[in-house]
Amino acid sequence: MTDTSSKYLVDERGYFGKFGGAYIPEMLYPNVEELRENYLKIINEHGFKERFDQLLKDYVGRPTPLYHAARLSEKYGAKIYLKREDLCHTGAHKVNNTIGQILVAEALGKKKIIAETGAGQHGVATATVCALMGLECIVYMGEVDMARQKPNVERMKILGAEVRPATSGSKTLKDATNEAMRHWINNPADTHYIIGSVVGPHPYPDMVARFQSVISEEIKHQLLEKEGKSDPDYVFACVGGGSNAAGAYYHFLGHENVKLIATEAAGLGNHSGKSAATTALGREGVLHGSRTILMQTDDGQVVEPYSISAGLDYPGIGPFHAHLFDSGRALFESITDEQAMTAGVLLSKLEGIIPAVESSHALAALENFQFKSDDIVVVNLSGRGDKDLETYIKWGKY
Amino acid sequence: MKNRIDQAFQDKKRDLLNVYFTAGYPALEDTMRVAVALEEGGADVLEIGLPFSDPVADGPTIQASSTQALENGMTLVKLFDQLKDLRSRVSIPVLMMGYINPVLQYGIERFCAKCEEVGVDGLILPDLPMYEYEELYQPLFEKHGLYNVFLVTPQTSDNRIKKIDELSNGFIYMVAASSITGAKSDISATQVEYFNRVNAMGLKNPRMIGFGISNYATFSKACEYADGAIVGSAFIKQLSQDASDQAIKLFVKSIKNPS
Ligand SMILES: Cc1ncc(COP(=O)(O)O)c(C=O)c1O
Repeated sequence: MTDTSSKYLVDERGYFGKFGGAYIPEMLYPNVEELRENYLKIINEHGFKERFDQLLKDYVGRPTPLYHAARLSEKYGAKIYLKREDLCHTGAHKVNNTIGQILVAEALGKKKIIAETGAGQHGVATATVCALMGLECIVYMGEVDMARQKPNVERMKILGAEVRPATSGSKTLKDATNEAMRHWINNPADTHYIIGSVVGPHPYPDMVARFQSVISEEIKHQLLEKEGKSDPDYVFACVGGGSNAAGAYYHFLGHENVKLIATEAAGLGNHSGKSAATTALGREGVLHGSRTILMQTDDGQVVEPYSISAGLDYPGIGPFHAHLFDSGRALFESITDEQAMTAGVLLSKLEGIIPAVESSHALAALENFQFKSDDIVVVNLSGRGDKDLETYIKWGKY
Repeated sequence: MKNRIDQAFQDKKRDLLNVYFTAGYPALEDTMRVAVALEEGGADVLEIGLPFSDPVADGPTIQASSTQALENGMTLVKLFDQLKDLRSRVSIPVLMMGYINPVLQYGIERFCAKCEEVGVDGLILPDLPMYEYEELYQPLFEKHGLYNVFLVTPQTSDNRIKKIDELSNGFIYMVAASSITGAKSDISATQVEYFNRVNAMGLKNPRMIGFGISNYATFSKACEYADGAIVGSAFIKQLSQDASDQAIKLFVKSIKNPS
């Protein structure tokens, strides 16, 4: 079978198809350029790879299990595996990326780290690796998100990070990202910005996708062991910016027989005015340094998104996914708050696993498919539900 | 016709004052009135800011004015309508400064044509990459007589400054310090070193210094190292307190020549 992955990965100009690039003010150019010039060299060094793998194994707890969910499989009439990123140290896939980026920051000689966070998972994962490496850490978080993800705010503080509220706009992830970028503009020399998803100017989307690609690398080997073949029929993942999905798809991109299902948060419904389903509601534009698909008014003002899930409450998707959408390589589904919460409670009852509300959006999409009984379906369980207890309690239907 | 920006630098040569203000601020219909008052007060160049929901390069003052302008209902369509008599009322050069996304949604071709129609002389689009300008938009800008102004910062390498000089016309926007707008308000020895370094490069374009220029002292100091300077956040602050014609004229005078 021919491998078509080069069609979907970044080109030498920093684009995924027509999406990507680096749309940044000159004040950010030297930082981003330094990273662009060096990231491949750094991550391809033998010593880097060794340390990265070692930390993923001993510190993060990789490989994460590929769990055959028997009762869920029975319900949907297919062979369903859960990729257990929820079992990563800190509770989500986000740490795969922060381990990688903290090593890059170290190689670049940076002394301070900044990050943005939505659900707080990326903030916690960043605070964690900063504690590990003894680096100063500032995390920007929207005021609204700070209120709905309180435990994660406290976790970051316990880990020694400073959490700064983003108070502009919708006071969520997009605004936290704006604030982090402004901080980086003001502190260009000694600071590295650890972006938490496959968003931002080139080389971030490519770099983050590479660090997360360990997810599909493991799935391949685990499936080969369990099923005698490395390709599943389907891979399901939720998309906020798209890092867990990018990681879960990465090594299957070129195998067109593997169906890639991306789920976006539709909040109260795509016609309610309260949604974060970017491909359903957005169009091509430029946000946070890349040409991608984003939710915007006719005048090009970015629309404030809504989702029950702080991690998916973002008005864009990374250029990686904009290209998968545009090229038809991945199928995008909109999942409402209601559908996601129902799926989260269902998994809890059927399998004894309380998923992150983000991950529940991937699970919910199983409802929309007619599977064959021998279909192998992998759902990327990007995170655990501990941080969302309050959301589950408020929801109440369990 | 000669571009008004060239004319301004040719006529005056030194100490040009360029004032930035946000379109549709403090009230939606203030755009033209503010422009006229600035010229009457003695400003030499105007930059009309196009409000954007996510202005990452701007500090709190300009952000807040942007948010207010959007709440007032400002759009590019309305702005071009407000500016349709621009050239019967304002004679100094006018640039538009804004983020690329609203321009892309309006349609870059349509945008350039409209700029020419109302008499805009140049554009400053800080998140438009140099490669994209060169590959896609340069002929379009030229066709509509629009100058393109790029920014340089203390961190910009000499090679890149040379390239920027080649691709720019009108002037080069020297960002005084590595910062968002409105952040600092003094001129330090390292900044002087940077201004001198750029000045020694023999660039074809004149330079204007912006970011952190807030009063007579910083303006006149900046003008020692460039052909002029740009005031933004300080003027927006003024507008937020008192946006009357008289206050605007007094503000310009206080920057240029307070005595
Ligand atoms: C558990 C979990 N899943 C998914 C996401 C969404 O991010 P991405 O789309 O980058 O995977 C988040 C973000 O915070 C998260 O915490």
